[in-house]
Amino acid sequence: MTTLDKTTEQILQLAADHFQVPRASLQPGDDFFKKLGINSLQALDLLTRLEQHFRIELPDYELQGVSDFRTLAERIQSRL
Amino acid sequence: MLDLSKFNSLGEALRSALDTWPGEICLIEADRDRENARLTYRQFKELALPLARALIDAGFRPGSRAAILMTNQSKWLISAYAIFHGGGILVPLDYKLTPAEQLQLLAHSRAEFLIVEYHLWRAITQSPEFKKLAARIVLVTEAPAKADLAGAQRWESFSDAASGSPPPAIVPRRREDPACIVYSSGTGGRPKGCVLTHENYLEQCIALTALYPFWPGVRYFSILPTNHAIDFMVGFFGPFVCGAAVVHLRTLRPEFIREAFPRYRITYMTLVPAVLKSLERGLRQRFDELPKSKRRMLDALIAANRSLTRRRPRPKISRLLLPQVHKAFGGALLALFVGGAFTEPSTLQFFYDLGIPVGNGYGCTEAGTTITLNDFKPFRADTVGKPLPGLQVRIAQPGPDGIGEVAVRGKTVMSHYLDDPEMTAETIVDGWLLTGDLGRFDSSGHLQLFGRKKNMIVTEEGKNIYPEDIENTFDGIAVKEYCVFAANFLWPARTMVGEHLVLVLHPEPGQSISPELIADVAARNRRLLNYKRVSSYLAWDRDFPLTASMKIKRGELAGQIRQALAREAVVPL
Repeated sequence: MTTLDKTTEQILQLAADHFQVPRASLQPGDDFFKKLGINSLQALDLLTRLEQHFRIELPDYELQGVSDFRTLAERIQSRL
Repeated sequence: MLDLSKFNSLGEALRSALDTWPGEICLIEADRDRENARLTYRQFKELALPLARALIDAGFRPGSRAAILMTNQSKWLISAYAIFHGGGILVPLDYKLTPAEQLQLLAHSRAEFLIVEYHLWRAITQSPEFKKLAARIVLVTEAPAKADLAGAQRWESFSDAASGSPPPAIVPRRREDPACIVYSSGTGGRPKGCVLTHENYLEQCIALTALYPFWPGVRYFSILPTNHAIDFMVGFFGPFVCGAAVVHLRTLRPEFIREAFPRYRITYMTLVPAVLKSLERGLRQRFDELPKSKRRMLDALIAANRSLTRRRPRPKISRLLLPQVHKAFGGALLALFVGGAFTEPSTLQFFYDLGIPVGNGYGCTEAGTTITLNDFKPFRADTVGKPLPGLQVRIAQPGPDGIGEVAVRGKTVMSHYLDDPEMTAETIVDGWLLTGDLGRFDSSGHLQLFGRKKNMIVTEEGKNIYPEDIENTFDGIAVKEYCVFAANFLWPARTMVGEHLVLVLHPEPGQSISPELIADVAARNRRLLNYKRVSSYLAWDRDFPLTASMKIKRGELAGQIRQALAREAVVPL
C-alpha cells in the first residue's frame, strides 16, 4: 500500500520532470500554479501525466479548487 | 434554419426545432474516448417532455426560476429545454465557483428549483453555508446508487412518476419576458445578475447566424461552459434552431480535445485565447520536429495557402494544400471562434495561414454576448471585427486619438440587473450600454480595443475578475484599511495583456508592512482560485477617501495613488 507521503513524493518528482525544474525546488505545500508559473490548462497536462503513472482516471473536477501538491496527492491517494 | 422572427420565446423556437428535425442528431456526449450519449431531436424530446411534466407537477409555474449547475453535458440542455417548455426562467450558474459563491448566487436569484451534478452537489452539501440553501426542489444527476443526497432527488428517476401522463402544453411567453438570469460577476457581495429576455436571445441568434449559419449535419464542439451566455447561444440555442448537432466532451484535457476533432468531424468551435494558444503550441512543436526538407515543403505550402486565401477563406483549397493539418482537425472544420479575452494577432494569423480561419470577436453578457465579430471578408488579425447586424455600436467621449468607451444599443442588450436599479442606471444610460472597454473604429468599420476604463481584469482564459469580488478574502488583516485594484485602473495602459490585481495596504499609524502581515496576505491569497489571485501589493500612507456610508471612493483613491506613485512602486507577492 502506497502511503500519502510516497504518493506526494512521486507527484513532486513527476511535476519537476514534466515542467523541467529541480525536484528540490518543490515542496508538498507549494502552490503549483504559482511555483511552476502555469495556467489551469497546463495543470491538466500534468494531471494526464499523473494518471499514466498511477494508472488511474481522474475526472477534471478533481482538480477544481486544488492548487497545492499535498491536496492533489490526497485526491490521487483516494483513488489508488 | 427556423425563421426566428415568428417565435416569441426560446421554448417555442426549440419546440419547433424538435419537431422539424426528428431524425437528425442533436447531441453527442463523450467522455475522453468513450461516447456517453448520442441523441436525435426526437429522443431529446422524449427525455425533455417528461421532465417538463414532472417539474410542473412539482409546482413549477410560468416565471418560476430554476438554476442549472452542471458541466457541459446532455442533461444540461435537456433540463434547460424542460424549464423553457414550462415557461420558467433559467439561472445558469458557473460550476467553477466555490460552493459558498454558488449558494450566494442561488440565494440572490431566488431559484426555487436547482438541477445539479452529483460532485457539485456533494461539495455544496459539505459547505458551512449549505443550511442557507432555499431551493425547494433539487434534482441531482449521476448520483452513485448508495449516495446520500441530503434531501435531493435523482434527476434520472424524477420524471418516472410523470412518464404515463400526457406531455404538458408549452407555456407561452412574451418576447420581453425574462428568459435567463446570467451572473456576470458579483460573488463578492453585489451580484450582477443580467436579466436577458427571450427577445435578446432570439435577436442575437438571428444576427449571429446571418454571419455564420448552421445547418443539419453541422457539428458544433461545445467546450466553453454552457452557463456563459456565449456557449448557451452558439453551443445550444443556435445549433438547435438550425437542426445542427452539439458535441460535448466531459474533459477539457488538450489531448482529448485534439482527438475529438477527427472523431466527430467538428465544423465549428468557440474557444478562449488560452486554449487557442495551446493548440498553436502543439502544432508548432510538431512542425519543428519535421525533417528539414519536409519543413521547407510545409513552409512553401503555407505561403501558397496564404496567398490563395488573401481575399477570403477557401476551405477546399486549404485542405488540398495542407491535408495533414486539416486531417488532424477532422477535415470538416470551417472556422474557430475566439473571444472572452485578448488574442494575439500572430496566433490568429498562424491559424489563418493554415487554412483554419479564427473569427475574433468581442462582447459581454450585458450585451447578450457578442457585440462585434470578424467576418473574413477579408480576414483581419488586428481587430475584433465589425458590429453584428442590427446592433449600434459607438465610441462615447472619444479622445483626440479617437479612443473612447465602447457603447452598445440594440435588441440584444439585457433588460436590467436583477434587483439593482442603481447599477442598471449606471450601466445603461439613455438606452446605451456602457461596456467599460476602450476602443476605436478604423476606417473600414472594424473595432479595435485598447484597454479598460473599468476596475477589472480579464485573464487569458477569459475570466473576468472584479476586485470587489475577492476583497473579502483579506477581511481581518492587520492594517487600518485595504483595497484591491486592477493595475491598469490605477495606471491606465493602452493594452489588453498582462492585466493583474494590486492590493493597496494602509497600515495603522506607526505600523509598518511586516513580514508577518505579508505572510498572512499571501496565505489568504492562496485560498482564492488561482486565476483570481492578487499579484502584488502597494503600501499607502494616507486615509482612504470614504463616502457618507463609509464605502471607499475607489475612483478618487485611484486618482490619489496615480498622482503619488508610479507602477514600479508595487511589490510582487
